[in-house]
Amino acid sequence: MMQSNDEILSATAIVKRFPGAIALDHVNFSLRRGEVHALLGENGAGKSTLIKCMTGAYRRDEGSLRLDGVEIDPRDPLDAQSLGIGTVYQEVNLLGNLSVAENLFLGRQPRRFGLVNTREMNRQARALLANYGMDINVSRSLDSYSVAVQQVVAIARAVDLSGKVLILDEPTASLDAQEVEMLFRIVRGLKAKGLGVVFITHFLEQVYALSDRITVLRNGQFIGTRETASLPRKDLVTMMLGHELADAEKELRAHQPDSGNVRFEFNGYGKAGKIKPFDLSVRKGEVVGIAGLLGSGRTETAQLLFGVDKPDSGTATVAGKTVSLNSPRAAINEGFGFCPEDRKIEGIIGDLSIRENIALALQARRGWARPLSRSEQIALADRYIKALDIRTTDREKPIKLLSGGNQQKAILARWLATNPQFLILDEPTRGIDVGAHAEIIRLIEDLCAQGMSLLVISSELEELVAYSSRILVLRDREHVAELTGGAITTQNIVNAIAASGSEKAVQ
Amino acid sequence: MNQKYLPLIATILIFIVSYAMCALQYPNMLSTRVIGNLLTDNAFLGIAAVGMTFVILSGGIDLSIGSVIAFTGIFLAVMLETTSIHPLLAFVLALLITTAFGAIMGAIIHYLEMPAFIVTLAGMFLARGMAFVLSIDSIPVRHEFYGTLKSFYYKLPGGGRITLIGGLMLLVFAVGIIIAQRTRFGTNVYALGGGPQTAALMGVPVARTTILIYALSGFLAGLSGIVYSLYTSAGYSLATVGVELDAIAAVVIGGTLLTGGAGFVGGTLIGVLIQGLIQTYITFDGSLSSWWTKILIGALLFAFILMQKGILFVSRRGRSYA
Repeated sequence: MMQSNDEILSATAIVKRFPGAIALDHVNFSLRRGEVHALLGENGAGKSTLIKCMTGAYRRDEGSLRLDGVEIDPRDPLDAQSLGIGTVYQEVNLLGNLSVAENLFLGRQPRRFGLVNTREMNRQARALLANYGMDINVSRSLDSYSVAVQQVVAIARAVDLSGKVLILDEPTASLDAQEVEMLFRIVRGLKAKGLGVVFITHFLEQVYALSDRITVLRNGQFIGTRETASLPRKDLVTMMLGHELADAEKELRAHQPDSGNVRFEFNGYGKAGKIKPFDLSVRKGEVVGIAGLLGSGRTETAQLLFGVDKPDSGTATVAGKTVSLNSPRAAINEGFGFCPEDRKIEGIIGDLSIRENIALALQARRGWARPLSRSEQIALADRYIKALDIRTTDREKPIKLLSGGNQQKAILARWLATNPQFLILDEPTRGIDVGAHAEIIRLIEDLCAQGMSLLVISSELEELVAYSSRILVLRDREHVAELTGGAITTQNIVNAIAASGSEKAVQ
Repeated sequence: MNQKYLPLIATILIFIVSYAMCALQYPNMLSTRVIGNLLTDNAFLGIAAVGMTFVILSGGIDLSIGSVIAFTGIFLAVMLETTSIHPLLAFVLALLITTAFGAIMGAIIHYLEMPAFIVTLAGMFLARGMAFVLSIDSIPVRHEFYGTLKSFYYKLPGGGRITLIGGLMLLVFAVGIIIAQRTRFGTNVYALGGGPQTAALMGVPVARTTILIYALSGFLAGLSGIVYSLYTSAGYSLATVGVELDAIAAVVIGGTLLTGGAGFVGGTLIGVLIQGLIQTYITFDGSLSSWWTKILIGALLFAFILMQKGILFVSRRGRSYA
């Protein structure tokens, strides 16, 4: 690795273990003075873990971290901040109820005769923000300003406190194009002043617009560091998703497109700010795959279809009848089921038993006036524990005690119990071990052989290729390509994802 | 205009309008006597409400203050009856006990990560119980020093008096406003109310601030107990039941957000005065049941909670872009 003097922060062979998993496996990262370094990787790649090891939120298990050539071991984010590493998160970590000036100077307000000198504090705050080309009323509360302004205030605070390294963790996720441009101008200004900037984002356009170098992580592994200018977009996507383009494609596909009738049809379906209007039709017994990088609108599509978000354009048709899917409840009544991406937050209810978790959706569908009797619940739970091979000693065990794969199967069981006709699976194989992985895939194939329609969102391209009869490719919150039949290859998916906004994706 | 002043302005307007309406009906309400009594009669509530304002601004609650006031009253009465110590020394002792009591509750809330509601509820029972242990009877205070203290007052034109305790309340409010607005501790209190995790990430000493807040509330409850003892010249274990709720009402009517992070100590003074005004009006009327105070306070509280929701809603939608 380079050991030149202009290296400001270097992490070498960082290892971070969590119970049962290695989150970072000898990861290297180096940041030069005056560069913007993009840190990329899919969800679970280890980006945030690496950042947390650098800012002291986590203690690393192995490896060395050097700032200006000196070995450091930050205890917590405050310690890292005083050493010179400041962080700005997507969720602005400032206090909206305090004034802009108070946020900038919290804990170090200028005082006179023991009392805070508000006038002096406001003057200094104005002077500080003027460096960023910003002229706002600093005595107003922070939450009276837009998120973009709050981001700038957060950056100003972090730079003022730290001054060596600035870590931007998805700062642009909730900004519009103009605001992003303003933020970029500020970051370029900081770069010119010699700060090292670590930039995390899911928007590849922004990576190419702003960064000098790129480091890619995947599954806790260090994949590589490249100069942005000499790394074609296609190669970057390959690095992130981890597919050698030379890979032999599996021709075997469980299901060829069914020529049967379209059962679910969505026309011009979309919601401003979430996903651009798209058309989607799903036949009986068909598996439609959705591919795209994180943040490309995959989960947004699923949430829109399931009524979690209300569409603001387009129509939905089920079996030839126009329906309104304004709530998950309405969607469930039309035979929809949805296994969300983050099962810990949105799926399982950890303290309830496996039996109760499985019975939940069926009970909700029946309505609380007609409770499932305990014996019905037991029969239901036992049937699915057996059918899906959920490994547990007892159906009454709290579901949080099961392994990830078994939790995933229990959620699947919950929806299968409602006998859905259209099941949406968001990352069904994330975070589960290889054995359970194969079982879930087998299950998907079985379900669709039984005539169920499935929509599967996954980052595992090979997996999608293996069971999908059609694949939709998403990029920047837009459906950009649809692959069918022989065109379904990981290479075509990668090409479609990597195609830049201007050129049309080719099949 | 700065939106954070809206609830405060609304409170002040309500106070002025209702005072004007009362004065139209009973012109005597404008006399300095009524104003002086308004301050004297509500002095103990006002002092306790200043402490409550800090607690609520930080996102907490202190249910113990009514019991602490009663405890202080009975403690003073028993001390002055059974020992020969000077009342001033007894005051100092009482303040030390109540401040430590508050500090311990703050420490439990922070270090054991317990909800303030539960911890101070326990504190409420504990302080009330301790008061009963000291005495179950109402004990009069006959010390001549009490008479001396009561003889201090500032005579207003028109016959009204700013008594020592009324003046003390105004002083406590003045100091409270300075602490809240012009010290780092004050900003830290607002920061805690804005979000304890974020505040900790930004370097606010959360433990110290939390303990100080409840210690301050305990200190002011003790001071309020001393004032109540001077006001009634007696100590009684069953006194000031529910005063913590009156204090919470005064804070919320004064424009402080019950969820913390926004509001003003000065608003609480107006909240206390509004409650006193309703009470005074009922006294003037003579035919109304004094429970009408509670009904009107209930209605006012509800109106304020609705208003706060409304302001929150409007400010979320109307963010200015710079």
